[in-house]
Amino acid sequence: MVSAGITTLLELFWSFFQVGILSFGGGYASLPLIQQQALEIHNWLTPSEFVDILTISQMTPGPIAINTATFVGTKVAGIPGSIAATAGCVAPSCIIVLILATLYYKYKGLDMVQGFIRGLRPAVVALIASAGLSILLTTIFGKDSFAVNLSDINWIALVLTAACLFVLRKFKMNPIHIMIIAGVVGLIIYGVIL
Amino acid sequence: MKKDIRFYWKLFLSTFTLSAFTFGGGYVIVPLMQKKFVNKLKWIDKDEMLDLVAIGQSAPGPLAINTSILVGYRMAGIPGAFLTILGTVLPPLITITIISYFYIAFRDNKYINALLIGMKAGVAAVIADVVVGMASKIIKTKRLISIIVMVAAFIAATFLNVNIVVILLICGALGAYMTFRSGRQKREGNE
Repeated sequence: MVSAGITTLLELFWSFFQVGILSFGGGYASLPLIQQQALEIHNWLTPSEFVDILTISQMTPGPIAINTATFVGTKVAGIPGSIAATAGCVAPSCIIVLILATLYYKYKGLDMVQGFIRGLRPAVVALIASAGLSILLTTIFGKDSFAVNLSDINWIALVLTAACLFVLRKFKMNPIHIMIIAGVVGLIIYGVIL
Repeated sequence: MKKDIRFYWKLFLSTFTLSAFTFGGGYVIVPLMQKKFVNKLKWIDKDEMLDLVAIGQSAPGPLAINTSILVGYRMAGIPGAFLTILGTVLPPLITITIISYFYIAFRDNKYINALLIGMKAGVAAVIADVVVGMASKIIKTKRLISIIVMVAAFIAATFLNVNIVVILLICGALGAYMTFRSGRQKREGNE
């Protein structure tokens, strides 16, 4: 654990402030933003750590953005870091929600705001798809790029992912149950058999 | 309603427990909040709660955070909002901080690793499932402009490495413009 400088704390706060202010449209919308801040702009996480924290996020209570902020913050600067990152993540919500609440009770409706959000919706889906693709590549090829060889394919991960996706689409199973089953299968294959 | 220390404690504790037991995040917390604040405590009536959720959805940031801010603000103004934010943020903050120390220490453990590899495949599938669900919803609206925006944004983000912020702002502005234009057409049609 690195000891925290005030610059690091401010960087954490500001990075997750941007994640918070731009993540319209629910939990997964923050994925591409977190990826950009923590992997591309700062080297706070490796692609495989990013997937690890997503995995942990799904098992623990709370929004993905808050969980990831806390994880990155702790990793970079210990407990002060986790507080700085989480505060950054929540601050824009506080400000904007309170402004909107005031406006809402005054004007109700807000056509332009609703139009802005309607315009964002397809873009948000596209960005989640883009982040999802690199998560898929990291899981199946072990690295996040298109320059991959067929020989790098982790066949077990590929089959397991495909099977999980099939069960999810077909039976609408609870995602947490899917992940627990996938984890147990992984444990048996990698921990016991191999 | 008497706003003594017990009221504030109850407000904090309600959001704390809701947040602590919301796995998977997001939309799960909304029905739970409705049950707690509308049905059980009877602090907020049903229609107003729906309004609060709608406002929470139109702001950026996690829905769970936004909605608890609104509930806190509605019940006790700005201090109430801070209390409910604290209640909502503390459970994940504590859990993940503990887990991240645990994670760094146990990452190299063979069995934990095996478990994580399996779960990662599960997560990849969950995200793929979310994407398929959301994308087909957009396609089903049959609004050509939405589909074009979706494909263009995907290409821009994945292959052209365009900054995400730029993509979001352009698409939002486009949406606001379309609404403005259709609103004006409607008004002109009425005249």
